[in-house]
Amino acid sequence: MLGASAPPPDTPLALVGREGRKRLILAVNAAARAEGIAPGMAVARAQALVAGLDVRDADPAGDDAALERLAIWALRRYSPIVAADPPDGLRLDMAGASHLLGGEEGFVADLARRLADTGIAARIAIAPTYGAAHGLARFSRSPTIIVGPDGMEASLAPLPIAALRLDTATIDALRRLGIDSIGELAAMPRAPMTLRFGPEVGRRLDQAYGRTGEPFELVEAPELIRVRRAFAEPIGAPETLARYTGKLVVQLCEELERQGLSARRLDLLFTRVDNRIEAIRAGTAKPLRDVKRMTRLLCDRIETVAPGFGIELMTLRASVAEPLDYRSTATSLIDQATPDLSDLVDTLANRMAHGRLYRCAPTQSEVPERSVARIEPLAAPIGVSWPNDWPRPSRLLDPPAPVEAMALLPDHPPASFTWGGVRRRVKRADGPERIFGEWWVRDGEMSAVRDYFQVEDEAGERFWLFRRGDGEDPGTGDHRWYLHGIFA
Amino acid sequence: MPVNPQISALRDKIARIESGGRRARGVLPFGIEAVDRKVPGGGLALGALHEIAGGGNGAVHGASAALFAAGIAARTSGQVLWCVTRRDLFAPSLAQAGLHPDRVIFAEAGDEKSVLACMEEGLRHGGLSAVVGELARLPMVASRRLQLCAEGSGTIALAIRRWRRMTEAADFGQPTASMTRWRVSALPSAPLPVPGISRARWLVELIRARAGDCADFELEACDEQGRLALPAELAHGPVDTDARRIGAAA
Repeated sequence: MLGASAPPPDTPLALVGREGRKRLILAVNAAARAEGIAPGMAVARAQALVAGLDVRDADPAGDDAALERLAIWALRRYSPIVAADPPDGLRLDMAGASHLLGGEEGFVADLARRLADTGIAARIAIAPTYGAAHGLARFSRSPTIIVGPDGMEASLAPLPIAALRLDTATIDALRRLGIDSIGELAAMPRAPMTLRFGPEVGRRLDQAYGRTGEPFELVEAPELIRVRRAFAEPIGAPETLARYTGKLVVQLCEELERQGLSARRLDLLFTRVDNRIEAIRAGTAKPLRDVKRMTRLLCDRIETVAPGFGIELMTLRASVAEPLDYRSTATSLIDQATPDLSDLVDTLANRMAHGRLYRCAPTQSEVPERSVARIEPLAAPIGVSWPNDWPRPSRLLDPPAPVEAMALLPDHPPASFTWGGVRRRVKRADGPERIFGEWWVRDGEMSAVRDYFQVEDEAGERFWLFRRGDGEDPGTGDHRWYLHGIFA
Repeated sequence: MPVNPQISALRDKIARIESGGRRARGVLPFGIEAVDRKVPGGGLALGALHEIAGGGNGAVHGASAALFAAGIAARTSGQVLWCVTRRDLFAPSLAQAGLHPDRVIFAEAGDEKSVLACMEEGLRHGGLSAVVGELARLPMVASRRLQLCAEGSGTIALAIRRWRRMTEAADFGQPTASMTRWRVSALPSAPLPVPGISRARWLVELIRARAGDCADFELEACDEQGRLALPAELAHGPVDTDARRIGAAA
């Protein structure tokens, strides 16, 4: 990590280290690679190739420390189970983490954006096994890739054997035999291969295809508050897990209290006897240091934990902790205390997918489908509501349903309309309410117009219809009718 | 109607036994004498489950039922949890029925089971003033659980019954543990002397009430404070005999 001392990205840069008595290039930037410099080249040769090459000493220890810091950042933000994968990778366990950021696509997009913002060019892969994800992240064509269990074999097969984390001597020897891709290697008979290259090749193949497990070495952040409990006999029953969760929460709260902190995010890790780690992550809307509520949040999700052959270590960690601010509650006898909903919101939010618990707030937009913004359920009261000039339907159809309507142009409400095969005669109507397109949102809305009518049919049912266009100028819309909402 | 003091004393006694010694929660009156007289207790019982469905096409879109529920929730005084499975509820209309956006927390559950779980959670919490859920199926056991949660905390529970198809609406005849059951359907509104639309008019049917009779009322839809109203011609006595006269004038 060069940090602020890094040269501009268009300057060819090489980091140099020693291997025995030779000075070799260990890493280059994109500009240097374009000039034909590759890692493994002798420094003298590279300097002869490129005149203004910026050569600096590599700092592997500093790189590892920086990677560790990045892992801890990912631990706080993305997943309860994170490991640094030196020299250049991070390993995140997605189980139980992706739903908080809107699924795997949302997760990848968010991670890529945040890394790009800090100036880190990242390649991200999500795959069912770590071996596959490792190879795909480094060797797939696109910088981000998500592979499910079905597509894994097909996407692994064309990757070069270098994606399998084998040492260079083995790779060279395999190449000499004419084996270039993982698919070719997987098709080889296992016994002669093991005889010739040792067990490593088979093990890496099995790890990539998920036939053997691969233990995690969790990143350890000494500043995070954690409590743990090891069991002489592995435990597995949900009631036992819940009981020990309660005990860990008490310990954690004592520790938090000693430091004057409270938790915003809790991770409960279960290390199984087969070295796999299961995790529960719970977030809270407000800093929390309450034994009962913490226990409730964690125990709510205990059934998602697969204990396998038993759990031998439980770790409870406050991954995000904040100072707890004390606030006075209502002290006079007259004011009624406003009920605190944060525990309800926490319970519901941890059960549901991200963004499914919200409050609505008005936005500065006349277009109905854009007039509602979602805000955090416990955001401060906004105080304002939508303008009350025109009635709004209680059900909004998304997208608006096209209807056949008969109406006098330019500004009469329809005399009748047909929706879903049923023709309705309009008895009473109100309108038009003209809504103009928002050219600052989309170019196509520059001259777009919608005329909204509230109509009532013979039975008294009320509908919200609109016509695209102002009824005169075809440039404002194609004059077709749509049903956008139902009042009653 | 003169009330026999012995009968009312007996009713109180039964109510005490039914509530298992818990304090009575009071009611939320509609503020319309004709309606409140027909509803047992003089209004919607707080700390109880009430079911609302739409009539006709409303069984599928549930637009008027949602507004009716919003009006009731608006007349309570605290935060409201609104659990849905479909995303077609338009929040500005709730604001027009008196439910300010600051007061409603929406929970978009994946399926009906999670709606029930969310409702239970909200009812048990006690800090909310109303919990609304949109449900197609409400089995006896689920409704009993909701009713018990509501009784425990005093929060009013409103189940908007809304089905995928018209034929499924027959489910509304199945018994549940709810305190009252309402059906709201649209009626043609009063004609205006000028082109335009007047306040919407509903046929509000009290299909079932525990310890009470069925009734139906012709009412004007919720105003900005969530209050219903008697139509003017009924409030001031029937003028023309052709008008559809329903129980409210009786």
